[in-house]
Amino acid sequence: MTQHRKTLFDKIWDAHIVKSAEGYPDALFIDRHFIHEVTSPQAFEGLRTRGIGVFNTGRTTATADHNVPTIDQHLPIREALSRHQVETLRKNCQEFGVELYDLGHPYQGIVHIIGPELGLTLPGMTIVCGDSHTSTHGAFGNISFGIGTSEVEQVLATQCILQYRPKTMLIEINGKLGNGVVAKDIILYIISKLSASGATGYFVEYAGEAIRSLSMEARMTICNMSIEMGARGGLIAPDETTFRYIEGRRFAPKGETYDRLVEQWRQLKSDEGALYDEVIRYDAADIAPMITYGTNPGMGIKVTGKIPALSEMKSESEQNSFTKSLEYMGLEPGSSILGKAVDYVFIGSCTNARIEDLRLVADIVKGKTKASNVEVWVVPGSKQVETQARAEGLDKIFEAAGFQLRQPGCSACLGMNEDKIPAGKYCISTSNRNFEGRQGPKSRTFLASPLSAAAAAITGKVTDIRELVHD
Amino acid sequence: MSKDKITTLKSTAVPLPIENIDTDQIIPARFLKATTREGFGENLFRDWRYNADDTPKDFVLNSAIYHGKVLVAGKNFGCGSSREHAAWAIHDFGFQAVISSFFADIFKNNALNNAVLPVTVTDAFLKKIFQAIEKDPHTTIEIDLPGQKVVLEDGSSESFDINAYKKTCIMNGYDDIDYLLSLRDEIKHFELVH
Repeated sequence: MTQHRKTLFDKIWDAHIVKSAEGYPDALFIDRHFIHEVTSPQAFEGLRTRGIGVFNTGRTTATADHNVPTIDQHLPIREALSRHQVETLRKNCQEFGVELYDLGHPYQGIVHIIGPELGLTLPGMTIVCGDSHTSTHGAFGNISFGIGTSEVEQVLATQCILQYRPKTMLIEINGKLGNGVVAKDIILYIISKLSASGATGYFVEYAGEAIRSLSMEARMTICNMSIEMGARGGLIAPDETTFRYIEGRRFAPKGETYDRLVEQWRQLKSDEGALYDEVIRYDAADIAPMITYGTNPGMGIKVTGKIPALSEMKSESEQNSFTKSLEYMGLEPGSSILGKAVDYVFIGSCTNARIEDLRLVADIVKGKTKASNVEVWVVPGSKQVETQARAEGLDKIFEAAGFQLRQPGCSACLGMNEDKIPAGKYCISTSNRNFEGRQGPKSRTFLASPLSAAAAAITGKVTDIRELVHD
Repeated sequence: MSKDKITTLKSTAVPLPIENIDTDQIIPARFLKATTREGFGENLFRDWRYNADDTPKDFVLNSAIYHGKVLVAGKNFGCGSSREHAAWAIHDFGFQAVISSFFADIFKNNALNNAVLPVTVTDAFLKKIFQAIEKDPHTTIEIDLPGQKVVLEDGSSESFDINAYKKTCIMNGYDDIDYLLSLRDEIKHFELVH
C-alpha cells in the first residue's frame, strides 16, 4: 500500500487544494499571507483596476522592511523613492483594511522574522509572501514559498494561488555537528554540494539527527536559504522544540485550542517509507565552518579550504562564469581565503538576525574589541529582537566592542536602503546572497555564519572560529 | 485582465552567454522603488550596462550590432530574488521571450504571468543558437508557440515544453486571477470547512 505513504509536504499540499482540475494547476488555499512595501504596490493597484477588495484581510499581515533606514527611524525616510514606497504601503493597507506593523511599531521587522515571533507562522499551514526567503517559515513544518507580485494579487483577491505541485527532495544530515559549526554552515555546505540550481523544481524536507538537535532559530536559518539552491521552499517536521517555541506567542492559539492543535501537529510528519523524488544524505561530521568565495551561494568552501582551480570547472561556459566571478571578487583560483582582510562585517538579515544569532555573536565578542580596519553593523531582525537584545545587555557588549547596534530592517543584505557596502570593499556577511552588487554596486560579499562573522570582526580578517575559541 | 498575446515570434536575438544570471543583475534592488509596472526597462542589467557615472559599458545591450525581441542566456537564468520587476524590466525593454537551457522557478512563473515566454532548450541547442548569432548577428530565431518549437535560419529546430494551461493563457492574453475569481464560491466554501 505504498501509495498511502505520503510525505509531509504532500499531506499539507493535499489538505489545501480547493480545486484540482484537469489541465489546470492546483488552486491552493493560502492560510497566511505576508506583504512588504516592495512587491505589493502593483498588486493593490491591480485590485483597484479590477474594482475588487481583499478576500480575507485577517489572513494578510504587512510590514515595512526592505527600504527602511536602520538609524533614526523616528525621522522621515530621507530617500524620496523609498519614502514613497513605504507611504504607498501605508495607504494601501489603510484603504484595503490590512494590518500593518509600520516603522516604530513594536512588532515591526523583517517579514520572515516577525511572522514566527508573533506566532502567526504555525505548523501545517500554507504561507506565501512576495519574497523568495519566505521559505524561512517552513522551519515550523508548513509549506511556505516566495511568489511574484502577480501572485500576490491572486492571493489578495482570492486567498488562493495557482501552482503546480513541485517534486520532493529529502535531505538528511546524520550524526553530530562539530565545534564551531552552526546552522548557517550546514546550509552553505548543502548548497555548495548541490549548486545554486541543484534543487530547482523541488520542495525540500530537512531531517536527520543534526537537524533535530537544532533550535527553531537555527532551523529557520536552514529553511531560509533553500531558495539559494533553487528549491521553492524547505520544511522540517514539527516536534517538541517547535511547540515550545510557539506556546505563548502573541497571536499563537491559546489554552485548549493550543493543546488540541499540538495534538494535530504531532501527526505532521512524513509516513515511514514515504517516497521522495530525490533523497540525499550527508554526515554532520563532514561539515566545517563555511565561507563563500564567489558570486552565487553555491560557491562555498570550508573556511580552511582552497578556492577551486579553473581546471576543476567542467565546461567552457562554467569556466567563463567562474573566471568572471573571481575577477569580480578580486580572488585567485586555487588560493585560500583564510587570513584575507575584510572591511565590513554585517550581522543581520532574515537568515541570521534573530535573538539567538545576536547571542552567539555577543558570546564571542564579550570583553573583546573589533579590529581597527573593520566597520561592524549588527542589525536586529525585528523591534522585538532589538528590545530583547537590550534587555539582555547585549547592546553594552556590542558597544564596548565598537560594533554599531542598529534598528531593524533588511539593511545591507540587498543594497536597497541606505546601508550599502562601498565599491570594491569586502564584507563578511551573515545574509543569504553574494551576487554581484547585492550589498551595493561593486561590493564583495563573503557569506558566513554569525560565529565566523564575529571572529572576523575581532581579527579584521577571515578567521577559523575554532582557532579563536581555543585562544 | 487582458495582456499581450504571443503566438509565433520571429526576431533577431541578443546573446548573453553567462550562467546563473540572478535577478539582482537583471534589475538591482535599488531600482525596485517604483509603484507601477512600467519604466523598469531603462534599468535592465543596470550595473552591467552602465558605469557608476552612467556612461555606457561595453555590454551587449549597448551594442549597435545586437538587438531583437529574444534574449538568449546561459543556464539557471533568473535565480535569486522573487522580484517580478525582473520580468517587467525584460518586457519593458522590448523582449518577448528568453531562451535558456534552465530557468529558476519563480522567475519562470513571473515571466509567464507577464507575457514573456521562457523557452527551455537543451545545452547543445543553446550552444548552437549562440554560435548562429555569433556567426551572423542578423540571424533570426523563430519561436513557434502553437507548435512548441524553436527554429533557426538553417532549418534546424528543437521542440520545447510548456504547460498547456500557461500556453493557452499566453496565446490568448488570459491571466490566473480571471480563473481564480471564477472559483470564489468554492474558495469561500473551502475556507468555511478547512
